Amino acid sequence: MPAQQPDPETHQPVSGTADPDATPLGNVVLDARDISRALTRISHEILERNKGPEDLVLLGLHTRGVPLARRIGERITSVEGAPVAVGSLDVTMYRDDLRSQPTRGPQKTTLPGAGIDGRTVVLVDDVLFSGRTIRAALDALNDLGRPAAVRLAVLVDRGHRELPIRADHVGKNLPSARSERVSVRLAEVDGSDEVRISQIGAPA
Amino acid sequence: MKHLLSIDDLSVDDINTLFETAGEMHDVQSRQVKKLPALRGRTVINLFFEDSTRTRSSFEIAGKWLSADTINITGKGSSTSKGESLRDTVLTVCAMGVDALVMRHSASGAARQVSQWVDASVINAGDGTHEHPTQALLDAYTLQRRLGSLEGRHVAVVGDLTHSRVFRSNIQCLTKLGAEVTVVAPPTLMPSGVEAWSKSAGFATSYDLDEVLGGGSGGPDAVMMLRVQRERMSGAFFPSAREYTVGYGLTRERLGKLKPDTPICHPGPMNRGLEIAPEAADAAASAVLDQVSAGVAVRMSVLYHLLAGEEAA
Repeated sequence: MPAQQPDPETHQPVSGTADPDATPLGNVVLDARDISRALTRISHEILERNKGPEDLVLLGLHTRGVPLARRIGERITSVEGAPVAVGSLDVTMYRDDLRSQPTRGPQKTTLPGAGIDGRTVVLVDDVLFSGRTIRAALDALNDLGRPAAVRLAVLVDRGHRELPIRADHVGKNLPSARSERVSVRLAEVDGSDEVRISQIGAPA
Repeated sequence: MKHLLSIDDLSVDDINTLFETAGEMHDVQSRQVKKLPALRGRTVINLFFEDSTRTRSSFEIAGKWLSADTINITGKGSSTSKGESLRDTVLTVCAMGVDALVMRHSASGAARQVSQWVDASVINAGDGTHEHPTQALLDAYTLQRRLGSLEGRHVAVVGDLTHSRVFRSNIQCLTKLGAEVTVVAPPTLMPSGVEAWSKSAGFATSYDLDEVLGGGSGGPDAVMMLRVQRERMSGAFFPSAREYTVGYGLTRERLGKLKPDTPICHPGPMNRGLEIAPEAADAAASAVLDQVSAGVAVRMSVLYHLLAGEEAA
C-alpha cells in the first residue's frame, strides 16, 4: 500500500516533485470569475434541459467533481428556490486501469435519500479527457439503480476521447495537445479557483 | 502489501488504510446490487484444513462481492486425506492459476511457510494457535466504529488465551491502535511467557474478572470474550464448565456491572452459558453480529488491497 496515491482525476502524470507554486504552471485559461460564470451558465442549461429542478440529482465525481456539483446545486437552489439533490460518486472500483496502477483506496459514494431510480442524474466532473472515467461512472450507476436519464456536465472538455462519450454541458472547450497538462484548481480542494494549461515535463 | 500473514507485518498506516476502505465496502452491503467489479478475472482459493463456517463463508462472500472467482477446498475430502503433503497440495492448486490463497491450517506458521513456496498472495485465515489477522482487524474495526477511536480506550480480553490465535493477533492490533488492553484468564489458560510479552507489548494481565470489570465508570470501554476451545484441550484446564463460568464467564450479574453501552465482542462460535450468558450475547450493546458483517467488509478491503493494484500483478 503506497502512502501517496496517484490521483487520475488531476489529469497529470504522477510526480511527487516540484511544488506547483514554485514554477510557473503555464497559462491560466479560466480564472475564478470565468469558472463562476461557466458554472452559472451550466446551472441554467441543466434547468432548461430538465424543464425545472424536479427529479434532478447532481452527482459529483471524485475528487473535483464533488465541489463542482455542490456549487451547481447551490446555484440551481438560488434560482429555483427549492433545494436540489446533490451527491458524490466514487468510480475507483470500476476503473479499467486498476491493475496498471498502484492500489488506490475508494472514496465515499453518497446518494440522496430517495436514490436515483427514475430520476435524471447529471454527472459532474472537472475535465473530460479520454472518457474512461465517465464510462466507469456509467457502470457504477448501473449497480446503484436505474436513472430515467444520465447527463454529463464538465467544466473543461479538452478532447482526445478514447470512447464514444460526449458532454451535455461544457464550461469551456479547450483544444489541447496530448503533451499538455490541464490542471483544475478549486478553492475547496486546492485553496483557489483556476484552470491552467501547461506542457508536461516543461519547467517553463 | 503482497501477503497478509501477521498483524505484526502491518504498520498503523496500513491498518488505517484497510479500515478506510472497509468503511466504503461496508456501504456496499446495504446496496441492492452487492457487487463491485474490482477483482474481475481474479481467482481466490479458500484452502481450509480446519473446520470453519464463518471465516470461510465471509471470505467467499467478500471475494464474490468484488467479482473474484472463489473456490473452496477443505481438508476433508481433498487429496490431503489421501496423504498428499501440504507443499504438494498448494503447488497443485497454484498451478491452476490462482491469484490469492486464503489458508487455515492447524500448524502455527503454515501460512508463512506456504507464502515462500508460491507466487500467489497468501492470506492467513488462522494458523494453529498462532495468528488470525483478519479476525483481529475486524474486531478492532468493529470497536473503532462503536467507540470512535481506540486511542486510550480500555479493552478487556477474557477467556481461553492459551489456545486462542485470535487473542495473539488481537493484542498486536489493539495495542498498535493505542488501546489499553487487560487480558483475563484462569492461571491454567494463561499462555506461558505471557509476563515477558505483556511487558514488551504493554498490556496488563489479571486472574480476576470481577476486579477488571470493576463497577460503574471504572470498568472497561469494551469487553472481548474468547471461546473456550474444548477441541484443542488435551488436559483438564479447569475443574468443570460450571466453575469456569463462575470465575470467568460473562454472566448476567457481571453484565449488570458494565456501563450499558459497553460493546461486547465474541469472535464466535459462542458457547452460550459457558463463557457468555445469553443475556450478554443478545444484549443491545452486543457487537457479535456487527463483527460478522464487519468481517465481510474488512476481508473485501484486504482482498482489494492485496489484489487490485499493479504491485500484486
